[in-house]
Amino acid sequence: MQYLLDNFFSLTITGTTLGAVYALVALGYTLVYGVLRLINFAHSEVFMYGTFASLWVVVLLGGKGGGSVGQVIFWVAMMFVAAMLISGLIAVLLERVAYRPLRKRNAPPLIALISAIGASFVLSELMGLRQQVTGWVGLDTTLRTYVANSRNNSGMPEIITPQPVFTLGDYQVTNVDILVVVGAIAIMVVLDQFVKRSRLGRGIRAVAMDPESAALMGVNRDRVIQVTFLVGGVMAGAAAVFYMLKIGITRYDAGFILGVKAFTAAVLGGIGNLRGALLGGFVLGLAENYGSAVVGTQWKDVVAFVLLVLILLFRPTGLLGESLGKARA
Amino acid sequence: MRSTLKFAVPIAVAALALGACGTKGGDTPAAGGSGGAAACQNFKIGMFGALTGPNANLGIYIQNGVNLALDDYNKKHADCKVTLENYDSQGDPTQAPALAKKAIDDKKVVGIVGPAFSGESKAADPAFNEAGLVTITPSATNPKLADNGWKTFFRALGNDATQGPAAAKYIKDTLKASKPFVIDDASEYGKGLADIVRQDLGSAVVGNDTIQQKQTDFSASVTKVKSSGADALFFGGYSPEAAPLAKQLRDAGWKGTFVAADGVKDQSFIDNAGAAAVGAVVTCPCVPADIAPDFAAAYKAKYNQDPNTYSGEGYDSATILLDGIAAGKDRQSMVDFVKSYDKKGVTKQLKFDSKGESSDIKVFAYKVEGGKFVSVGEIK
Repeated sequence: MQYLLDNFFSLTITGTTLGAVYALVALGYTLVYGVLRLINFAHSEVFMYGTFASLWVVVLLGGKGGGSVGQVIFWVAMMFVAAMLISGLIAVLLERVAYRPLRKRNAPPLIALISAIGASFVLSELMGLRQQVTGWVGLDTTLRTYVANSRNNSGMPEIITPQPVFTLGDYQVTNVDILVVVGAIAIMVVLDQFVKRSRLGRGIRAVAMDPESAALMGVNRDRVIQVTFLVGGVMAGAAAVFYMLKIGITRYDAGFILGVKAFTAAVLGGIGNLRGALLGGFVLGLAENYGSAVVGTQWKDVVAFVLLVLILLFRPTGLLGESLGKARA
Repeated sequence: MRSTLKFAVPIAVAALALGACGTKGGDTPAAGGSGGAAACQNFKIGMFGALTGPNANLGIYIQNGVNLALDDYNKKHADCKVTLENYDSQGDPTQAPALAKKAIDDKKVVGIVGPAFSGESKAADPAFNEAGLVTITPSATNPKLADNGWKTFFRALGNDATQGPAAAKYIKDTLKASKPFVIDDASEYGKGLADIVRQDLGSAVVGNDTIQQKQTDFSASVTKVKSSGADALFFGGYSPEAAPLAKQLRDAGWKGTFVAADGVKDQSFIDNAGAAAVGAVVTCPCVPADIAPDFAAAYKAKYNQDPNTYSGEGYDSATILLDGIAAGKDRQSMVDFVKSYDKKGVTKQLKFDSKGESSDIKVFAYKVEGGKFVSVGEIK
């Protein structure tokens, strides 16, 4: 306990950076749940593809440590573009292939859930087997940098060297920490405003509130669902960039644990509620860090899930407990 | 253990998917090429270890060594070639028993090189013992494996009971670290090793932590290490976790020396940890290439790279089995043949004691320099 107090700032800041990543991924779960009442279990893979997209674009552009400020900004910008593009694309594709055909046939929700789990495995394994997939078309030597050792960790060139910017309590806050937290919050604000003010955002809220009335009022439901997946994917892409800047290592199964955590964060905050997902992400990131400080790192996941169970016991709808439709956001 | 329950399902599915795609078999000589000589038994030897999956590099380094031994043998015995059967466990103990059964059921298999890791050895070796199928592991280093009374268990290298003290000694005497910190990954291998290091360093240890395999964010551990004022860190575990851990320690401004053991002696650690790997030290009972120049040259000629962790041990293990086949041994008589084996291999004098432990053991230290593990000599 004393240890927790001694290192309070250090744990808080590292917990916040990870929480920001959870929160951004959690948005994808919560958005899709809001409009479709479906847990998109393949969302974790959408995130994972984002990590690879951001990694490869840096490799492709020859990113390395010690670049000039201009170069670094360019690389990071390209990471965002690539990751958001690929993650958004995968999410939209996922909806097209794995969910829309089921919806058209009025399949029960359970079927969509199984389709989601299946899609998750397909996407993850496809990344894990990319070496063989490219081998079939004879590209495995040309694309060696990207596909070799496809089941191993892929490390990112360190384009931003973490440097302490200022000291808070006992912790030296680095440039990467600042970038991640500030960047994530900025993106969240943009999303919040998008859902609140834009025409498409209004459509999302309308479908979430009452799909049939929304359709009667002239909202194109399929289009809204597609946009929802796209937005969720883009958020996951942004999360992937922050993850790669902070952690810097990814793997074909990197989405799994993070996906479970982000889903937890979404439930924690109240699934279907945007601000709830954000709050849930930060709460989870912090709780994990404090928890592992008090009872040991190997208990990290236990702490996270005990917290989830406790909160759901007392607040079954999560911390903020409103659905996307009812929420004013 | 390498897996927790929640990974069991995805891993099982991954295994199915992999199985469907066929294992990438290195360059196994074509099977069934012989059959001319009437006496030819078409014997096979097995390679049991991670050939795919996150720890595949370690398995493949061994497999390369085994294939080299097979090439040598088959050149001399062109009329009755021995082939290699791969049992790809992905380093996962939950998959090991089924693979062991597969190997046992194949009566042509007279000996196994492996299982490569300690966790899978613990899971698979009882079955091998019962079936009387000899196993020579070129890399599983948990000391307790030899205490089970398995008569088919042989280990072609030093165990963690020698590696652990050597690592502790290096931290104490060479690094002169006064405040070491110890982290393990709760695996059969990592925890066993870390506990020995903890014991040997005694009261000097300023802190302990345990992480989980597949973990990627180590911020809580990093905070612990930093706030303890540690000047050296011993990590008992494998490279997939070691790389992000080392990187995050350095990102947080920690300046001490990162020390790990053979499970981290894998190029992917250097590639993924980047600048954070520089200066890191790994201990390894594996013999550096310069001790066996002929082997190193042959390896380089075939694979166009230097022999890596346990390639030599893999070669030696396979050679023992192949010598047995040449001497006309079958699965049953192979156990005694290996037990009484006493010849010089490329890594050391190959001779086993009554528990199946190698009787000639050396531990070496390697340092990461210029993107490679460079031998800095034996730890004596």
